[in-house]
Amino acid sequence: MIGYLIRRVLQALVVIIGVTIITFILLHMLPGNPVRAILGPRASKADVASLTRQLGLNKPLPVQYLLWLWNLAHFNLGFSYRQTATVSSLLAARIPNSLLLVGSSLVLALVLAIPLGMFQAVRRNRPDDYTLTGLAFIFYSMPTFWLGIILIIIFSATLGWLPPEAPQASASLFSQLNALILPVATLTLVTLALFSRYMRSSMLDNLVQDYVRTAKSKGVSNRRVLFRHVLRNALIPVLTLVGLSIPGVVAGAVVTETVFNYPGMGYLFFLSAQNDDFPVLLGVTLVIAIATVLGSLVADILYAVADPRIRYV
Amino acid sequence: MSVGFGAGLDATPDDLPVTTPEGGEAYQGASIWRMTLAVFMENKLAIIGLGLIVFFVLFSFVGPLLYHTQQAFTNPNIKDQGPSLAHLLGTDDTGFDNLGRLMLGGQTSLEVGLAAAILGVCIGVIWGAAAGLAGGLIDAVMMRIVDSLLAIPFLLLLILLGTIFSVSVPEIIIAIAFVSWLGPARLVRGETLTLRTREFVQAVRVMGGSQRRVLLRHIIPNSIGVIVVNVTFQVADAIVAVATLSFLGFGIAPPATNWGLQLSNGIAYVYAGYWWLIYPAGICIVLIVMAFNFVGDALRDALEVRLQRR
Repeated sequence: MIGYLIRRVLQALVVIIGVTIITFILLHMLPGNPVRAILGPRASKADVASLTRQLGLNKPLPVQYLLWLWNLAHFNLGFSYRQTATVSSLLAARIPNSLLLVGSSLVLALVLAIPLGMFQAVRRNRPDDYTLTGLAFIFYSMPTFWLGIILIIIFSATLGWLPPEAPQASASLFSQLNALILPVATLTLVTLALFSRYMRSSMLDNLVQDYVRTAKSKGVSNRRVLFRHVLRNALIPVLTLVGLSIPGVVAGAVVTETVFNYPGMGYLFFLSAQNDDFPVLLGVTLVIAIATVLGSLVADILYAVADPRIRYV
Repeated sequence: MSVGFGAGLDATPDDLPVTTPEGGEAYQGASIWRMTLAVFMENKLAIIGLGLIVFFVLFSFVGPLLYHTQQAFTNPNIKDQGPSLAHLLGTDDTGFDNLGRLMLGGQTSLEVGLAAAILGVCIGVIWGAAAGLAGGLIDAVMMRIVDSLLAIPFLLLLILLGTIFSVSVPEIIIAIAFVSWLGPARLVRGETLTLRTREFVQAVRVMGGSQRRVLLRHIIPNSIGVIVVNVTFQVADAIVAVATLSFLGFGIAPPATNWGLQLSNGIAYVYAGYWWLIYPAGICIVLIVMAFNFVGDALRDALEVRLQRR
């Protein structure tokens, strides 16, 4: 077990380094000369040369990479000239918002999916299972932006119950609670569809196991078998899913945030892509990628701890 | 609820497939493919899915031959009209017939989705199988590359690629394939690791077959089940990816159109009530993605049955 954990951590480190290399390569594939982008097309040669030297762009690529890594280690993610702020300050302002949106959707989806999956597994192949499965398929197949738009049409345009836009960054997010409902609902529905399907199939896998038959033949009540034995085993794959979804908490949901103008990481990414604001784009990518690697590392460790049957490959 | 829970926990749930086969292999004489086909055909959702796919392919590619509309010249005189006998789904904001636009958009959405998924799966299969066969350090390096790329959420990667490269149809296909190959690579590597311990692989090596022969003629054909299931899901994902990219503004530029772009244009008219600009494109996307998901699910269930009898 310890050997597995050590190997897993080393693996994660290698992947993080790989991610920085990929991001660095992307940075240098971007069109245009960053110096010209800052100084404008009519800058003098002397200015261009001095800024190039200042930014370290005349050094060989590997040296530039190491310098960039050194900056990263000090949490210096660069400077955004379009928004006149350091990338880290922009990220720091937005991450809590994304955390709120995706975090609450994740928790809500989990809380709803587990009972739903159990219910569907127990009432399998009956009309209620079929309808719920059908609904799950529909929500799962819908592009997120389409669901968001439908909700806006129904609840804002037609019924006028809820505002179509999320609260903006100037006001605190909690000041307009009813504006949070639609974005969270959109994200929750899509996540719920996936989680409930997983839960259902995981429950079904467990219901045919021998231990269920043994418990029943020992006289354990149905409810006890279900909640005390099957549920715990069925939750394990769902745990993996949750672990894989945690990085999304930092990433924000780009599409949902864009549809609702929600001031989170995903929306920042979208705006920066529209404005060709490359330092921000790459800073966001890097932070999210590292969060993903760490998230899946945590998920793997939790999984190894939760299920003693796993052979550590 | 207690009645519900109780009724579901029978001692031997007869309606569920048994996970452990009773004693050894059990190929009942019929070929694996016939068994897979039989289970697939029993699944009503799969048949609905197949039907929908066929319908949309015909709708997009044969439709324009039957329902003639001109898609070349804009005509502001007739823009934003509701559905009528002349224009079955109304006209859009540049005067094009909406139903014709839908068919044209379907062509692009389906083409890009299919091409990107197939390209991605091809690359992924070869990468994964090669990594699995090679083993050791090469395998580790190849898989770390896959993990590094997987760490970046695919939509972010797509948008990043979209800002770097120009957006024509071939480039979109390559960009989506670039993101899609990661899943199959991991999957096929897992299958390869399982398969390479089997006797037939050792037999081929003993008979003097090269690694390349083992890879192409034995490992990949034996993983085809997993691969096919993955292809269907990748197509569904690719279609959604094209639609999302177009919706966000990073997709294919006009006059080429696809359903995502039509949705994005239609949003502007939500409050004006021009429902024919919004709902048809969205419903098309949902239906085609659902169809591919049904088919993929059914194939996966069919192959689970087959795998259990190994």
